[in-house]
Amino acid sequence: MRITCPHCGERDRREFTYQGASEIMARPDADAGVSAFADYLHLRDNPAGDTRDMWYHDPCGAWIVVDRNTVTHAVTGSTLAREGRT
Amino acid sequence: MVKLIAQTPCEGQLPMTIGDVTLTEVVIQTAWNVAPFAGKEADVSKALEAQSGVGFPAANRMLTKAGSRSIWVGAGRALVQCDGLPELSGLAAVTEQGDAIAAVRLDGPAAEATLARLVPLDLRVSTFKRGHTARSFVGHMAASVTRVGAEAFEVMVMRSMARTLVHELEEAAKGLAARA
Ligand SMILES: [Zn+2]
Repeated sequence: MRITCPHCGERDRREFTYQGASEIMARPDADAGVSAFADYLHLRDNPAGDTRDMWYHDPCGAWIVVDRNTVTHAVTGSTLAREGRT
Repeated sequence: MVKLIAQTPCEGQLPMTIGDVTLTEVVIQTAWNVAPFAGKEADVSKALEAQSGVGFPAANRMLTKAGSRSIWVGAGRALVQCDGLPELSGLAAVTEQGDAIAAVRLDGPAAEATLARLVPLDLRVSTFKRGHTARSFVGHMAASVTRVGAEAFEVMVMRSMARTLVHELEEAAKGLAARA
């Protein structure tokens, strides 16, 4: 499996650390209430197919939002997390 | 009184020549990690260039001018080696890194093939030219790999990894030489 770092280009999966689903990018407003935050922290889909998740490129230090497919293992896109895509 | 003796990161380990590759230590006395604040990249680059001749490098690139170098070392960061930094208050986060980095230079016809055993990148000169740099791994260790000549590379790791770096390079070079 190879992932593209927007800085470094296409790299071997061993250079990356997985964090979790990209929902972590969409934090509720501070006054959204306990249940919204509980969902934000704990509720995740488990898709067979297209998914979007967070990876850290260890040697360069960039957080990346990666589009990939859990069935085919195809990696179809990646953007820097700092650009704010959720 | 305890007498402290200054030692370079690879003291007593290098130089060594194995087959067609020579490993030598590059002692990095003064260097700064420069991380421009958002939107200040151009200002930082201009200030650096005015002072040292080298600006802030693009991703995966090294800039050199006379005795100064600036090397891209990760997202939004460069390692700058020069006599002194300009005033960067309000423009960038700056961390002194002199003495904190172990650097080894590989020279010789087997330099490329030695690194090919350790670094998961295509480092052939057709794609990785002089002045190209990459953040990747040497074995399991995060490192900066820079091509500094047709048959020469410089590899940088944290100083605490100096012996591991020398060991990895030595083993790779020995394995390569054994197959020659
Ligand atoms: Zn990267």
